[in-house]
Amino acid sequence: MLRELSSVFIALFLVVYLVQIYQLTKGPDAYIAFTQKLSSPGWILFHVVVLLFALYHSVTWFQSSAVVLPVRLGDRLVSRQTVTALHIVAWVIISLAVLILFLALKG
Amino acid sequence: MAEPTITLNVTRYRPGQDQVPTMQAYAVPYKEDWVVLDALNHIKDQMDGTLSYRWSCRMGVCGSCGMMVNGTPKLTCAAFLRDYYPGEIRVEPLVNFPIIRDLVIDMSDFLDKLKSVKPWIIRKEEKPVARGEYLQTPAELEAFHQFTQCINCMLCYAACPVYGLEPKFLGPAAIALGYRYNMDSRDQGKEQRAVIGNHDGIWDCTFVGECSVVCPKDVDPAAAIQRSKVDTTKNWFKSMLMPWGER
Repeated sequence: MLRELSSVFIALFLVVYLVQIYQLTKGPDAYIAFTQKLSSPGWILFHVVVLLFALYHSVTWFQSSAVVLPVRLGDRLVSRQTVTALHIVAWVIISLAVLILFLALKG
Repeated sequence: MAEPTITLNVTRYRPGQDQVPTMQAYAVPYKEDWVVLDALNHIKDQMDGTLSYRWSCRMGVCGSCGMMVNGTPKLTCAAFLRDYYPGEIRVEPLVNFPIIRDLVIDMSDFLDKLKSVKPWIIRKEEKPVARGEYLQTPAELEAFHQFTQCINCMLCYAACPVYGLEPKFLGPAAIALGYRYNMDSRDQGKEQRAVIGNHDGIWDCTFVGECSVVCPKDVDPAAAIQRSKVDTTKNWFKSMLMPWGER
C-alpha cells in the first residue's frame, strides 16, 4: 500500500509546483519571494520526503512493468529482474543525458 | 509443568441470537507444528463445538479455510502458530464478504462473478472426439499455466481495497480465471468474456497489487488484470484503426 501512499505525496508536490509556476506569471519579485519560502527547512524536508517517495514509486513502477509486459526472447521469457534492471539503466542514462544537457545549456 | 498455550481471539456471530459479531478468547495448547486450522479444530473438538468455520484438505489446495489472521487474509492451514507465539492470534472471517455465522462467509457474489467470465473452454466449433485431442506446445501452456493454479480461496477479494469499496468490481480471481481461458490456445471464446473488459471488470482495478501479495498459489492476479488491460486496449485500437479486420 506504500505505492498508493506515494501517489499522495507526488500529488501534493504537483500542487506546490503549479503554485510555483503560477508565481512566474506574477513577475520576478513574486517568484523569488516564493522560492525563498520554499528554502525554509520545513519545505526542504517536504521535498526530500517527496523525492524519496518518487524514487520508490519509480522503482516499483519498473518492477510492475516487468510483471505486466512479459518479454519473450525467442522461446524463453526474459526474467523479471532483468526487465526491471534494464528499465532502471535506461532511467539513469536518460537522467544523465538530461542533466548534461541542462548543464551545457546553462553555459 | 503446565503445557504452553496460545490465545486465539475468534469472531463469534450467531444469526438470530447476536446483534453484532463479538470476539471470544480460547487458550489452546501451543504445538510447534500446529497451524491455526489445527487450533480451530482443537477448539471445535475439545472446547466449544458451536464454533463454525470452513476447511477441507488442510494442505493448501482446496481454498476452503481462508480467514483473516491478525488482519491478513491467509489460509488457516498455512498459518503456523509458531509465527505468532507467544502473541495472541486474532481469527476473523474474510473481510469484504457478508458473514453467515462465526467464521463462515457468504461467497455467492464471488461464485456469480466466476460464472460470468465463463471459466471453461469455449469453441466456435467442437472437434469431434474421433479427430483426437487438442494439441498444445509447452510454450502455449506456459502462456496461461500460472493462472490455472487458482484455488478460489478468495483471499485476493479480502485483500483488494477496490472490492471493499465497490462491490460490483469483478475482482482478481474471476478476472485471472477469465484471462486463463482467453490465453488458452484451445479456447475461442474471448468475445463471450466481454464482462472482463467492462467498467466493473479490469477498469475498476487501480493496480494496488495486494491480491498478488496474499495469493497462496502465486497466481499473480494483478498481472492477469494489467495484461488484460493491455490486450483489450490493443484490440480496441486495432478495431478502430482497422475495422475491416476479422469480426
